[in-house]
Amino acid sequence: MNLESLKSEIETNIPGCRLEIIPNPSPSAQHSLLVDPEHAMAISIFLRDSEPYRLDYCSNVTGIDWPPSAAPHNVKLKEMDDGGEQDAEAEQAQPTGYLEAVYHLYSMEKKHGPVILRMRTEDRATRVHLPSLTPVWRSADFQEREIFDLFGIIFDGHPDLRRILMWEEFEDYPMRRDYVEPDDYEYEPTAHDEVLRKTMHHYSGNA
Amino acid sequence: MDEALKTELSKQGIFTTSLQELYNWGRRSSLWPLNFGLACCAIEMIATTMARYDLARFGAEVFRPSPRQADLMIVAGTITKKMAPQVVRLYNQMPEPKYVISMGACAISGGPFKQGYNVLKGIDRYIPVDIYIPGCPPRPEALIDGFMALQRKIDAQQLTGETRPRHLNAAEPSEFIVPKFGAHDLEPSQNPDTWHPPLVNITLAENDESGIA
Repeated sequence: MNLESLKSEIETNIPGCRLEIIPNPSPSAQHSLLVDPEHAMAISIFLRDSEPYRLDYCSNVTGIDWPPSAAPHNVKLKEMDDGGEQDAEAEQAQPTGYLEAVYHLYSMEKKHGPVILRMRTEDRATRVHLPSLTPVWRSADFQEREIFDLFGIIFDGHPDLRRILMWEEFEDYPMRRDYVEPDDYEYEPTAHDEVLRKTMHHYSGNA
Repeated sequence: MDEALKTELSKQGIFTTSLQELYNWGRRSSLWPLNFGLACCAIEMIATTMARYDLARFGAEVFRPSPRQADLMIVAGTITKKMAPQVVRLYNQMPEPKYVISMGACAISGGPFKQGYNVLKGIDRYIPVDIYIPGCPPRPEALIDGFMALQRKIDAQQLTGETRPRHLNAAEPSEFIVPKFGAHDLEPSQNPDTWHPPLVNITLAENDESGIA
């Protein structure tokens, strides 16, 4: 299935929707479609029900955390002599970072797929709402709960949005890159990398 | 009593014993495990009770579905932090004398999930453990071996004196802190009366800066 033709097909059927193709440079070349949260529900229903696509199976939903430093900038920086202007443009790109939900869709009936949808939140702190696609694909239920639990994306319209792995009293989001885990280091015989750094911190700093 | 005399008497048809021997024999010969499993180690535990390995030969034929009727807790599997309070609560509900086998890498230390944000780094942070069985998961033979080690341990216990078992010592605790769900971790993250961080001396070879930025 051609993603460009799919994109133009959606644009003619869902007026006003903003789509963008996110290329995947790796050999798998699984390019994905960035959809805007306002029209995500309409796009999903279109993809599921329209005759040529019939994407009736959502196999996987996952989350991605893009902190400000790691977020790919949408606006390409131009080479400029004036440093001030360059900074202004960089800030315009992504000052806050964002969270992303990724949906992998297949069609059981037409035996094609995957079509990969992405949705982005506005930032990582308060405007973290995305529409839930569970009303469209029931298989997204637990996985959206997991994203809510581990990344902190709030899915509006989810039938049962509770934490699924951690307890209700838990406040952090463990899969975010800036998550700081509780400091309860314990001896490990083959410490390396991050664990070795913790080892050194615990045993050499106090000695 | 002198062992040689005891053997000689038994040849004459006279059976001699002591209260301690009888008491220990009774305890070790009917260890009824609590019927619960946490992860893949539980599958090996189930296999151990089935006909091929037949744990019933050692007096553990009935897995009790209630902690009130159980003597032995086989902690078989990964203990997530969400599950830890329930495991400690079950242990508190078991009547004395009670024993704990920590089965597999996860129950001992967190195992392959040790660095995870949601896994308890060993059940011995909250309750006293009698036998540790390493493995991932341990084979049924290993569980039987651990079980027999526990039986030998019970058999060798003195009922009086400083080394008497915990349930005969009124000064030892019979209830253990059930951790609460905190905002960032379990509270407390370990029971300081039960668990002490192992003291290890870590030395790196000279100029070995591997992994240190």
